[in-house]
Amino acid sequence: MTTQDTAPDIAPRKSFLAANPSVLWFLGALGLFTLCVSVLAEGFGLPVLSTSMVKILGMTLCLCLIAVAMDVVWGYCGILSLGHFAFFGLGGYAIGMWLMYARTEGIVIDSFENAPIPPTQTEITDAIATQIFGVVGSNDLPALWVFAHSLPLQLAMVVLVPGLLALVFGWLAFRSRVTGVYLSILTQAMTLALSLYLFQNDTGLRGNNGLSGLQNIPGLLDVPQSTLALWFFWASALALGLGYLLFAWLVSGKFGSVIRGIRDNEARVRFLGYHVEHYKLLIFTLTAIVSGLAGALYYPQAGIINPAEIAPIASIYLAVWVAIGGRGRLYGAVIGAAVVSLASSWFTGGGAPNVDLGFYVINWTDWWLVLLGLGFVAVTLFFPRGIGGLFDYLVRAK
Amino acid sequence: MTTLLEVSGVSVTFDGFRAINNLSIQIAEPELRAVIGPNGAGKTTFMDIVTGKTRPDEGRVIWGEKSVSLLGMSESEIARAGIGRKFQKPTVFEDQTVRENLAMALKNKRGPFDVMFYRRTRHAASRIADIAQEIGLLEHLPRRAGELSHGQKQWLEIGMLLAQDPRLLLVDEPAAGMTPAEREHTTDLLKRAAKTRAVVVIEHDMEFVRRLGCKVTVLHEGSVLAEGSLDHVTKNQEVIDVYLGR
Repeated sequence: MTTQDTAPDIAPRKSFLAANPSVLWFLGALGLFTLCVSVLAEGFGLPVLSTSMVKILGMTLCLCLIAVAMDVVWGYCGILSLGHFAFFGLGGYAIGMWLMYARTEGIVIDSFENAPIPPTQTEITDAIATQIFGVVGSNDLPALWVFAHSLPLQLAMVVLVPGLLALVFGWLAFRSRVTGVYLSILTQAMTLALSLYLFQNDTGLRGNNGLSGLQNIPGLLDVPQSTLALWFFWASALALGLGYLLFAWLVSGKFGSVIRGIRDNEARVRFLGYHVEHYKLLIFTLTAIVSGLAGALYYPQAGIINPAEIAPIASIYLAVWVAIGGRGRLYGAVIGAAVVSLASSWFTGGGAPNVDLGFYVINWTDWWLVLLGLGFVAVTLFFPRGIGGLFDYLVRAK
Repeated sequence: MTTLLEVSGVSVTFDGFRAINNLSIQIAEPELRAVIGPNGAGKTTFMDIVTGKTRPDEGRVIWGEKSVSLLGMSESEIARAGIGRKFQKPTVFEDQTVRENLAMALKNKRGPFDVMFYRRTRHAASRIADIAQEIGLLEHLPRRAGELSHGQKQWLEIGMLLAQDPRLLLVDEPAAGMTPAEREHTTDLLKRAAKTRAVVVIEHDMEFVRRLGCKVTVLHEGSVLAEGSLDHVTKNQEVIDVYLGR
């Protein structure tokens, strides 16, 4: 995918998909996977895959989407952001606020059903605030929640909050020409600061309780979870497909050439007359928005979001997935995120049987991180192109 | 011939070391100019100043008919104004094909959105083919630049400069590490380019400078020691003392 431009001389108008067969392969595989999961899912009839399994798979697709975004920002543009999970979390919070508010609103209105006098709007709002914020000892709806009653506005927040944060952060960082490991540290600081801030009870987002009950979709409370899980799975697959298509288009043409140039030699690109900072800012912001969208699809499936989700380690895992999957190739990021996150839930969720060595029992819940660390070191040392690099090798061998 | 670039009274100090000391140089358009001098004379720093990489402590750098100052402009703005630069070490994008390298350099709008929706045109493709022909890399267009030989990379970088269609080319040691035959080709390339634009070449190799057959500026300790034809400057006693005699 990186060096596709081997078409014979003067063949300018080749359609994007024809020039990039790997995109079609990916979309085909994704479609097939979606079909298989749908047919086998509990919500469809054949109860092979439990609802929780469908949710895990749907969430995995969201993780694949943020991994693709990470691959664009890091693998293609060379910005090792260790803060993209902050954008993912903010997207989740933004949608979570509406989910929680609208559902609580329904409950509150139901509870007033038998009241002798119909409640005023203020009473309803107060009751909602008490319901949501009682847990952190507050009865007022924070200013942050001013749009929470409206799904369209809160959906706009899913895009705007991560987008604006990335825009401002990126503008400050790139303008000062902060690069390399210093930028990585800054992004870590950003996600850490955000996470610590959200841990406080008085920030208006329920502190360490986070937002919960997100799996209950207001207006769709009669729809069984098994069906909802499938709907979210489809939405996640669609988002991944569209995101993949967008980024594959972006990195395939001249734009891709410029950002890979920035990755390999920023100064040279500058002397060619390109305003490097604008490119970086665009990529950083765009990938942040996609990360926010991925988060907005992820957390309704997870059911709960709290500040621990955007701890610095989450963003580091993201980089590990992309490194294991293979940087600079979008399918590599998808493979890395899927393999590592599914393996992680298998090992830490009690799926993997413990190994009894007689003198010592290997408990995978404890040892998974060691395994992941060894895997990361092995990939870095022996397969710098990651799992995706194997595909390149196979295609070339053919 | 009109003055295209005027550097006057420029000084730069790095940690107390005066790299450029009251330097004044004028470049006309078209013109081929060689800049020579011992190590540390400030040749590369001169290019750094013109291209915006280094900001001088004092002095003026004036560009073009409208006499705009280059000092307040960023590297990319200076490049867009029409100054192209080739680095001492060949810096091409090794991971990309020769064609991609040239396409990136090709004169076009440089904004992110212009580039995002850029469509390859027949005109651009033939421009790239012309330049590739000129630098002798036509049959190497689909190859990765990293696979090229050292000399070919140098040419590719010169080709990228030509693709930018600049009015002033700053070329830092183009012949370093080249075989005699490659050097000859490089000389021809630069002489042809200098017919329509200004070309400034930094070079150590006197034989190469002689073949360029152009006006020579000798730098020493950050300022101009002598200027004129190669024969003229090589007879200058000071030049012999500080540079040639060693």
